Amino acid sequence: MPARRLSIVLAEDSLLLREGLASILDRAGHEVRDAVGDGDTLLAVVRKQPPDVVITDVRMPPGHSDEGLRAAAAIRADFPGIGILVLSQYVADAYLSSLLETTTGGIGYLLKDRVGHVREFLASLDRVAEGGTVVDPEVVRQLLARRRDDGPLAALTPRELEVLALMAEGRVNASIAEQLVVSEAAVRKHVGNIFAKLHLDDGLDRRVSAVLTYLRG
Amino acid sequence: MERPDAAWGALASRRYLVSAWPWRSYAYLLSSVPVGVLTIAVLLVSVVVSIVLSPIVVGVLLMASIPLYGVLIGIVERWRARLVVPAGIASPHAAIPSTYSRRQRQIFRRRERASLRALGYGLLLGVFLWPLNALIAGICGTTLLLTAGAPVIAAYDQMGMGPWVLDNPREGFIFLVAFGPVWFVVSSYVVGVLAAAESELAKALLGAREEELRRNLAELRRSRLDLVDAFETERARIERHLHDGVQQRLVGLTMTLGLAELDLPEGEGRRLVVKAHGEAEAALADLREAVRGIHPRVLVDHGLEAAVREVADRSPLPVTVRMSLPDRLPAPIEAAAYFVVSEALGNVAKHAAATRCEVEGWIAGDRLVVTITDNGIGGAVLGTSNATGSTSDAGPGGGTLQAGGAGSTGSTGSAGGTGLAGLVTRLDALGGTLELTSPPGGPTRLRMECPCRLDD
Repeated sequence: MPARRLSIVLAEDSLLLREGLASILDRAGHEVRDAVGDGDTLLAVVRKQPPDVVITDVRMPPGHSDEGLRAAAAIRADFPGIGILVLSQYVADAYLSSLLETTTGGIGYLLKDRVGHVREFLASLDRVAEGGTVVDPEVVRQLLARRRDDGPLAALTPRELEVLALMAEGRVNASIAEQLVVSEAAVRKHVGNIFAKLHLDDGLDRRVSAVLTYLRG
Repeated sequence: MERPDAAWGALASRRYLVSAWPWRSYAYLLSSVPVGVLTIAVLLVSVVVSIVLSPIVVGVLLMASIPLYGVLIGIVERWRARLVVPAGIASPHAAIPSTYSRRQRQIFRRRERASLRALGYGLLLGVFLWPLNALIAGICGTTLLLTAGAPVIAAYDQMGMGPWVLDNPREGFIFLVAFGPVWFVVSSYVVGVLAAAESELAKALLGAREEELRRNLAELRRSRLDLVDAFETERARIERHLHDGVQQRLVGLTMTLGLAELDLPEGEGRRLVVKAHGEAEAALADLREAVRGIHPRVLVDHGLEAAVREVADRSPLPVTVRMSLPDRLPAPIEAAAYFVVSEALGNVAKHAAATRCEVEGWIAGDRLVVTITDNGIGGAVLGTSNATGSTSDAGPGGGTLQAGGAGSTGSTGSAGGTGLAGLVTRLDALGGTLELTSPPGGPTRLRMECPCRLDD
């Protein structure tokens, strides 16, 4: 059962996937308040009564291009408190920058396939609802491949970058430790080093800030 | 004769009188008589019949189809003109798109100005030219024949030639010797000048005008662009179909399998469901890869630079991307450039033994320039795949050595199938070029240039 029962608005134009998602969320104990099929309706529904989290597809009618992303940006501008989880058939880091432009967390960007891994998906949803950032491993892989010779990340060691990439995927320290086959204490040390090297302010949620720094690289 | 106006050139030549040209001219002028008579007869009959029948639909249809006679007249007359214009007269008619029905073809031809011009020529031929030709060539030819035959004719009968009366073969012979050569020279030039003048008329009215040639060329270019555009549209349609259909269903399947995993107790059944889930995900990944090769989404949504960066990120070797493109370009151009980069990076990774690669893109004037440079072994060729596969599609840095090609890429096609050679064709239609410099030992540099606009 979820840490907290979330009120969710779902935007997905394929009936098949809309119902699949709704049934997964339902079983997990969340409330799917509305399920809509296009960006305009999504905005209208959210404006009427803001939910905790919005889950939206990128490509929806009428243009079948990036209606979901634009709706997400509009929602973020009006209701900064609503967590936004963007699902897509296809992910690329080019889309990420438009998502991150106006945001300070509470955002997720996942491949639709991840929904099938129900436990992980629900964990990601909770993280987004709490104001965290979750980015699909596929996007993280693309970002890792992109060579950066300057910028704030240049100071990090390869191991620290690895840890930061896993943080971007939305993992907690225990999960990172498991993934890298090290102790949780070692991960904590790396995370501390990352915060120090990125000169992150103590006041902010440093974990989120670090990930955003990474993603904006 | 290398001069285009063959008849005039022949007239100017010193060897005109001993060449075949006088006789060709006779043939041209005299053959106009039956053709001219037939033309005017058919036209008159058609006009009369269509006027008579005009109260009923058939008459109107017949009237409307009269310009089509121009097409026929043009064909016959251009063929006949080869007598004095050996190079022939190029047809002024535009190529009819092969998809047109019989009726559309007729309408297309009827509306062409070339058809009307040829019809005008036919009227001129039927009313004016053939009587003139019959008169001039007839007088010249008959007189020449009579002069040549004078000794023989005079032997049988008294023969009056102008002021002279020839009574016997001797007088006939004297007449032939005295007047034959002079008349041959005079008549040959008269006939030659007339034939040359008429062939000019035929060229002017039946040949292609420069604007028509230009228009045909422009139409050809446009139809090639249409083709490229049609391919682009078709790719987009296939991508949408895969996205909205197959992919959604597979995602739905992974969701269902994911839920099933939660419900099933630990055991063989659950193990199989987890396996099925993994397979469905692999199918999705494969499908995504295929869609990317057909019509990459990021190219449509974010343009060339983002798409190139993405393909660079997926490359196994470090690729530096430097692009400064101020605006989005037309979709076929972006797609061509994207596939050039994608294909080239694939080739570099496969064959070049390079350790790094650079992709640059900029606008020079009104042209898009994209270069892909690697530090590999060089010696690449921009070949088309041939049967032996000795110089297959090695792109930049392709390790294929031109000679022999032993141990080369063989017949292993690149992902694009026809590879860079196919892209050359595609670029060609857009007015672009692809250029490869790859000295043995490297570096290899592939340079693509393409106009930024489709209509020029």
